[in-house]
Amino acid sequence: MAAAESYPDDLKYHEEHDWARVEGDEATLGITWFAADALGELVHFEPPEVGASVTKDQSYGEVESVKAVSDVIAPLSGEVLAVNEQVVGEPETVNDDPYGNGWLIRIRLSDAGEVDSLLDVEAYRQVLANQ
Amino acid sequence: MKLIYEKSQAGRRASALPHYEGLPAAPDLPDELRRSEPPRLPEVPEFELVRHFTELSTRNFGVDTGFYPLGSCTMKYNPRINERLAALPGFARMHPLQEEDGAQGALELMWRLQEILAGVTGLDAVSLQPAAGSQGELTGLLLVRAYFAARGEGEQRRKVVIPDTAHGTNPASVTMAGFELTHVQTDARGNIDVDDLRGKVDDQTAALMLTNPSTLGLFDENIEEIERIFHGAGALMYYDGANLNAVCGISRPGDMGFDVVHINLHKTFSQPHGGGGPGGGPVAVRDILEPFLPVPAVVRRDDGGFGLDFDRPQTIGKVRGFTGPFGVFVRSYAFLRMWGPRLREMSEAAVLNANYVLARLKEAYDLPFDRLCMHEFVLSARTMKREHGCTALDVAKRLMDYGFHPPTIYFPLIVPEALMIEPTETEAKETLDAFCDAMLAIAREAEDEPETLKEAPHHRPVRRLDEVRAAKNPVVKYGFEPAQAPTEV
Repeated sequence: MAAAESYPDDLKYHEEHDWARVEGDEATLGITWFAADALGELVHFEPPEVGASVTKDQSYGEVESVKAVSDVIAPLSGEVLAVNEQVVGEPETVNDDPYGNGWLIRIRLSDAGEVDSLLDVEAYRQVLANQ
Repeated sequence: MKLIYEKSQAGRRASALPHYEGLPAAPDLPDELRRSEPPRLPEVPEFELVRHFTELSTRNFGVDTGFYPLGSCTMKYNPRINERLAALPGFARMHPLQEEDGAQGALELMWRLQEILAGVTGLDAVSLQPAAGSQGELTGLLLVRAYFAARGEGEQRRKVVIPDTAHGTNPASVTMAGFELTHVQTDARGNIDVDDLRGKVDDQTAALMLTNPSTLGLFDENIEEIERIFHGAGALMYYDGANLNAVCGISRPGDMGFDVVHINLHKTFSQPHGGGGPGGGPVAVRDILEPFLPVPAVVRRDDGGFGLDFDRPQTIGKVRGFTGPFGVFVRSYAFLRMWGPRLREMSEAAVLNANYVLARLKEAYDLPFDRLCMHEFVLSARTMKREHGCTALDVAKRLMDYGFHPPTIYFPLIVPEALMIEPTETEAKETLDAFCDAMLAIAREAEDEPETLKEAPHHRPVRRLDEVRAAKNPVVKYGFEPAQAPTEV
């Protein structure tokens, strides 16, 4: 069952509709409710490999719905520590729970300073208002 | 309805072959080449077979049954004279390995088609070989690659620039041809963002790939500036001809500065499509690229006859068997000769029809780029979704109840809840009005009875299909074993 619209206060956001939950020198990444809703129910997630490096503002994977295939943009740079295998097996988990069980990857940050450039929830809501 | 396999009864046959005494029971084949068991074919009498497929055909929807405004696909009417000519025995029964002297008519037709396409695109040479638009794209990019390799710039020029409105085949072709993608954004008027572009074109750039008019149905107003940027950097320009129907006889890609063009004979020049082909994707090129075109080239010989030229040392090689999809050439040649010098009127009518429909619908739907359109335009159901919960998909499904093929939806990707509508030149005003009336009625339904849209279609042979399940667990063959039996839809 698709989740209701929400944007948690404790996350950092990227204007390409990605979120990051920063914990020390690690971060968990995913796509926002808005992105999941716009795509519709996901049918495939193409993840990066564990150990690969991801670069802020660049694609690290793909999500696919019956409407479209879309790049997933990294809000932060770092090394991939884990891929959410539950989403690989059941991509609709992202629609059901975009900020919880629907996380996509966890990374070790290569530049913690990048976190300051991300949006807080108010700024991200402003981005959505302009969509 | 039942599947043909479900109508099967053991032992029933569509025909009975005569049995002769004294013949061997089976040809003298080695054991290892024999089937161990018979193929699992449906066993039905001939009339059951005919009824089955006739019934299926009545559930089909095509240009011959109704209006089909599928954006960027140019679903125009396919004149029957084309079929009559393609069926002429001299064309239909020719063998591709026939000697040139016995195939002069066919070769002349191909040569003349090449000349016409060179004229329409404003370029110098044409290869008819690519089998469809996507293969035309790949061929065109391989020509670009061969061109830079011959100049010693093959390693250096690796980037191909693509706008965010491009057809999905463009980035795929770029990757297949061994190039790297550079994306460029669209500005507020729906043109390429020239400021974004300037910083992305340099001596590493091989080419631009552009559809003009774009998939937004808008002609790029800065095309001359874009041409200066690319040619100024020593790069080439590729024109995706998907939307050529908008500009024939009005403006030519070659005059805009494009160096390679692919043409979709199955869109612009009336080869039937939509059922999977066959298509035709000729490429037209500026003279600097001609040496690299596929072989064989169809040429006019010095003696006035026509022949095949394999002697092109710099060719990229063959991209398809023989000289390409010949029946497609006959139809497109017939279509072009029917229009003759009045071809411009075809594009003018296509543009007029699109603007007429746009003008009638723009108040009821969102219009992200409010300009005169070319042969197609993109509306958005964004407000409808926000206020009534009805999406572009719901509108598309409901249109089927009104007897129309839905437009392209959710493309281009930069427009949320996109509805991309291309009426083509062949539709009468009455048809366009009926379609507009349906779209306006659907917009009212979204306000008054949104559930009618969300549950549509109501009056078709099948209701709303589970597209997610179809994508995840496609059943593409008959389940002989009970566990795999397909469920009724």
